[in-house]
Amino acid sequence: MMASYVVRLASKNMWRHRLRTGLTIAGIAVAIVSFGLLRTVVDSWYAGAELSSSARLITRAEASLSFSLPVTYGERIRRVPGVKDVTWAIWFGGIYIDEKHFFPQFAVDAETYFDVYPEFVVPPEQLAAFKRDRRGVIVGRKTMQKNGWKIGDQVPLKGTIYPGTWSFTIRGVYEGADDKVDEGQFLLHWSYVNEKIKALLPSLADRVGVFVINIKDPGESAAVSAAIDSGFRNSLAETRTETQKAFQLGFIAMVDTILIAIQTVAYVVILIIMAVMANTMAMAARERMREYATLKALGFHDRFVSVLILGESLSMSLAGGLLGVALTFPLADAFFRATRDLFLVFTVTPATVALQVASSLLIGICAALAPAWNSSRVRIVDGLRAVT
Amino acid sequence: MSALISIRSLGKTYRRGNQPVPVLLGIDLEIAAGDYVSLMGPSGSGKSTLLNLIAGIDKPSSGTLLIDGVDIAALPENDLAAWRAANVGFVFQFYNLMPVLNAFENVELPLLLTPLGKAERRDHVETALAMVGLADRMDHYPNELSGGQQQRVAIARALITDPTLIVADEPTGDLDRQSADDVLNLLDRLNGELGKTIVMVTHDPKCAARARRLVHLEKGVLIDGGGEGH
Repeated sequence: MMASYVVRLASKNMWRHRLRTGLTIAGIAVAIVSFGLLRTVVDSWYAGAELSSSARLITRAEASLSFSLPVTYGERIRRVPGVKDVTWAIWFGGIYIDEKHFFPQFAVDAETYFDVYPEFVVPPEQLAAFKRDRRGVIVGRKTMQKNGWKIGDQVPLKGTIYPGTWSFTIRGVYEGADDKVDEGQFLLHWSYVNEKIKALLPSLADRVGVFVINIKDPGESAAVSAAIDSGFRNSLAETRTETQKAFQLGFIAMVDTILIAIQTVAYVVILIIMAVMANTMAMAARERMREYATLKALGFHDRFVSVLILGESLSMSLAGGLLGVALTFPLADAFFRATRDLFLVFTVTPATVALQVASSLLIGICAALAPAWNSSRVRIVDGLRAVT
Repeated sequence: MSALISIRSLGKTYRRGNQPVPVLLGIDLEIAAGDYVSLMGPSGSGKSTLLNLIAGIDKPSSGTLLIDGVDIAALPENDLAAWRAANVGFVFQFYNLMPVLNAFENVELPLLLTPLGKAERRDHVETALAMVGLADRMDHYPNELSGGQQQRVAIARALITDPTLIVADEPTGDLDRQSADDVLNLLDRLNGELGKTIVMVTHDPKCAARARRLVHLEKGVLIDGGGEGH
């Protein structure tokens, strides 16, 4: 009986100053949405790594990713026990029209690449056409749509690493096996690039950026990695082999400071709204001091007054929080559509929603602490004299 | 009549910073069950403080205060709150109704501390509001009622738990003459018909004259405790 009464009285009290309450709820909603979106941005950076296959290894030059490896390493890697498939790729880095029309381009081994990446789904006839045409390319569905391309179109790229103007013919389109696969890549023949570069820059010929390796048993990834690297120890191009997840996390580490800053901002937003909410509750409690004193005179315990204030604060913070959670999903969707090139996925996770709700609760509890304590401790005679 | 309220050498001293400020000095007073007492005196005489002590919303600094044999000054806070809920009805100068609750809900408030069920509470509230002449205003909120009507709601709230003692602090101080008379008539009925013991603080001699007994305080000292009302 008392609990339902507290809820009723708290919610009635909440709406005594509609404008103030409305603005506070709106503020909390904005803070919770911001918190959710910022967390989702951070999550999305890590999403690529989280989605990586645990049965896939990446071998690169030990010195740095900017150094290349001899293509001949591929055969030696293939012979390492536990290795199932090997392919290779290298960053091409051409410019289509201008820098703003960016999409990632890799020169890949046409014969093996799609065996190692079965999640890149290409119709068999298109894959065959690609393999037949050394100037052919397979392009991800999103990049096709973004540029308005169709199969058979010519795509000119201005080389940055590999000089000259390159022209490619679209022979196929790949789609992701699920919505978490990057559909933005532009995949061309490594053999074509290698052949042309031999004449221009022989030092860059027969080199690859990374070997991508599928292993038979994901549980053996550490042993297989060690075996691959030991095979090239003390050579001119030592290797570093790691899981695809570790490889991608290495990329993310380069922007780690930015991600920490984003996360910090997300929590600062919560702290700010907590202070605003605490001020709102302090004002409300001060205005009602005589009412609280009256309740206590009538026989209600100090605890009742505290619970009343806490209930009002929680009602307000949860209303704002739930509104914020509800708004997060469409806004995240709109954000993703507006920044499609930046993120592979942009999904508001259950963990983020749980944190949003927990933050709302925390805001409500923290904002109520001081006014609830003060109001419960105030002497009845002092409270009755309070001017409202 | 036996003494409902028995006060011996009662003192109350407040502190302003480090400075003790005595407000009541050695009050001796007995109030019989069913009595109707007006506490009068100039501002700062200590009459409201004495009323607060009798009502159990403040604690004395010295002396004893027994209400129906209970030393309320010795009760722990929670027990004192329960004692007030069961034994004291409050009527304040500014009514002190909850603005977000309608008349029915305001009167019902003290009953939430009792084990009564919803239907019983409804019966009690309707009876109390009918008694103060506001049966047709149950759904009205305080801001939809006149001052006199609000004070009548407050009186209904004060009597809803059938307390032994009703304390009223300037109950007509914020009312026009007609409304004040209505309120005083109600208090007369509570005392005369229901036998409630009423202790009322007032500045108004006309209001005080409605009581059976006048008690005068000045500078914290009881200077005349034997005056008769009516």
